[in-house]
Amino acid sequence: MALSRLSSRSTTLLQPLATTSLLRRRHISTDTTPITVETSLPFTSHLISPPSRAVETSSQELLSFFRDMALMRRMEIAADSLYKAKLIRGFCHLYDGQEAVAIGMEAAITKRDAIITSYRDHCTFLGRGGGLFEAFSELMGRTTGCSKGKGGSMHFYKKDASFYGGHGIVGAQAPLGCGLAFAQKYSKEEAVTFTLYGDGAANQGQLFEALNIAALWDLPAVLVCENNHYGMGTAEWRSAKSPAYFKRGDYVPGLKVDGMDALAVKQACKFAKEHALKNGPIILEMDTYRYHGHSMSDPGSTYRTRDEISGVRQVRDPIDRVRKLIIAHDIATEKELKDMEKEVRKEVDAAVAQAKESPIPEPSELFSNIYVKGFGAESFGADRKELRATLP
Amino acid sequence: MSAIIHGAGAATALTTFHSKKLVARSRTNLPGRSKRCIVASGSDDGSKSFGSSSSLSLRHSHKLIPNNAVATKVDTSATTGHELLLFEALQEGLEEEMDRDPHVCVMGEDVGHYGGSYKVTKGLADKFGDLRVLDTPICENAFTGMGIGAAMTGLRPVIEGMNMGFLLLAFNQISNNCGMLHYTSGGQFTIPVVIRGPGGVGRQLGAEHSQRLESYFQSIPGIQMVACSTPYNAKGLMKAAIRSENPVILFEHVLLYNLKEKIPDEEYICNLEEAEMVRPGEHITILTYSRMRYHVMQAAKILVNKGYDPEVIDIRSLKPFDLYTIGNSVKKTHRVLIVEECMRTGGIGASLTAAINENFHDYLDAPVMCLSSQDVPTPYAGTLEEWTVVQPAQIVTAVEQLCQ
Repeated sequence: MALSRLSSRSTTLLQPLATTSLLRRRHISTDTTPITVETSLPFTSHLISPPSRAVETSSQELLSFFRDMALMRRMEIAADSLYKAKLIRGFCHLYDGQEAVAIGMEAAITKRDAIITSYRDHCTFLGRGGGLFEAFSELMGRTTGCSKGKGGSMHFYKKDASFYGGHGIVGAQAPLGCGLAFAQKYSKEEAVTFTLYGDGAANQGQLFEALNIAALWDLPAVLVCENNHYGMGTAEWRSAKSPAYFKRGDYVPGLKVDGMDALAVKQACKFAKEHALKNGPIILEMDTYRYHGHSMSDPGSTYRTRDEISGVRQVRDPIDRVRKLIIAHDIATEKELKDMEKEVRKEVDAAVAQAKESPIPEPSELFSNIYVKGFGAESFGADRKELRATLP
Repeated sequence: MSAIIHGAGAATALTTFHSKKLVARSRTNLPGRSKRCIVASGSDDGSKSFGSSSSLSLRHSHKLIPNNAVATKVDTSATTGHELLLFEALQEGLEEEMDRDPHVCVMGEDVGHYGGSYKVTKGLADKFGDLRVLDTPICENAFTGMGIGAAMTGLRPVIEGMNMGFLLLAFNQISNNCGMLHYTSGGQFTIPVVIRGPGGVGRQLGAEHSQRLESYFQSIPGIQMVACSTPYNAKGLMKAAIRSENPVILFEHVLLYNLKEKIPDEEYICNLEEAEMVRPGEHITILTYSRMRYHVMQAAKILVNKGYDPEVIDIRSLKPFDLYTIGNSVKKTHRVLIVEECMRTGGIGASLTAAINENFHDYLDAPVMCLSSQDVPTPYAGTLEEWTVVQPAQIVTAVEQLCQ
């Protein structure tokens, strides 16, 4: 500690920023005065004029982006080790590399807007306000999990935050998302539904059916294609004749966004929400990347080179991008950010430890929540008071 | 007049939609549901529709209900009623529920402006508007999924498959999302949808339009299946299905839509999990549902003339089976014949045979016999189509065989 102080003092002239932070013991800035940042890439659009590249943000928001993305990244890495330790079984689809999509989206919407996604849902759950403890418990199949241990990795839900999951069948969430948007329109809530799907699901027929329905009735649906360029092991150019997913809506406007830039995602989602509330559906294509394989059973390197993965990690990593922004705007120092990451790591480790201690479900839980309140499993008397038979 | 209408609740839910309020409202439904009546044919108690406590105790104290020989004819008792056709009864039930609860909506192909391909939703679009009676494009997978997604937020869609066979295209949504979401979300979401449509063998409609899907859907955990057979139970089951918090698949039959019957003016609901005693008897229990009920009753007339006394039960609830009513009947008659329109392999009859054998083996004097449709695609030619389904003559032969 003292050594580092000496060394930094000696380089005072060369590093004025570090000096000011040491001498004044400046706290991490959390003020909300707007900072305008330009997105690194322009938006490409289809049938609509794109939003501006200048995004308004603030120190508080950037720091929250950093912390939340670091938390998500840590959680996914922890899930990786838990899977290898055989505490998580079955399928485990990790989201690291794609955190910016979840974070940017949350920054643009409220908890009344609904989100529905596929099986790569751990970080989206966290973004919606889900707790680390619930997430790890669910992954390990404990009763304290968000779905009481009965859903697993692919079935995270959080009703009070309008997070509708968590679906295992590729593309099946597209019609469900349209249903959510339909319900929002029916009940005249001024809210939208974000239906997330991947580049693999973009070839599903039910997506086009849902798109047709949403456009026909002007449903407030935003369809977000998280294009990580690989549908499990098949690259997008091998599975789609037209990989311009934002154009696939044909009559529905679309926007292509750099999905590794949280601020661009935020801007696009805000723009899409305004559009959907007035004019009906819009497609957002998030150009993103996943570092892990499709799931834990997939090494992720048989269909792409390690150089590609590390290349994206060096150049486009979402957390590094926000880190550089924070340092450039003098909101926090490198060390403070590293401390934040350490804190996040401790938090994740504590949640994992707590989740490991949680109880496994009782055998009676096998039969709970199949029907609502036991209806259908028992035949009652006409007054519903006297149980007459428990049916097999 | 009706004990079950919740006027206040319906009015407040119109403008402000909040899922919590909905849960509270549906809880208040339960006392109302407790007044559900049993379809008892020929009950001389005029207040049967309300299931008031007096008639309930009547039900519990007597296991057998005073019988009518041929119960398909409704007794024109003191209760004034109105006569209508089965599809009109379904429409009445649907309309009453839509009036009562603004969250009930209908979606399907040609349900709105066209009035429904079997006129079940006739006039509803004019009354309730295009958003509540939604004409969908031809995409079963998507609009079934859409109904389920809407149900996750608290709406109560009634999804119509123009023909039950088309719902095979939506099997993924029905199985994985409809049936399982309540479980996989740990109870967070309920899916109060009703999936309904006509199925069954019609008049030379061809193989693809004569399917009986109850056998395919019966294994899906989390759903309930009911089959209506008379205007009375059609209206009652429709209303009960809409009010149920579980997903319910209501199987109608193409050939039964024009059945005429007098039904009560007052509001009534039928119990979803309960079987209907059509004709009490002593010698043999005949279990049936949907259209086969009428073939069985035709055979029953012949059997009565021959001196047999069959007990006919319309099981109505295909999932779960009402083993209470069925069990009581088996304990009395000791012989069971199942007559169904489902396929032989893996059909409802097959499951019912297994359930009866497991639970009531000691009470059986003869093996359970099951008459089902042949395991063939339904042919177009009229005579061949007749031979695919069970005919009354076969039922008579089977009863004679079992009762030897």
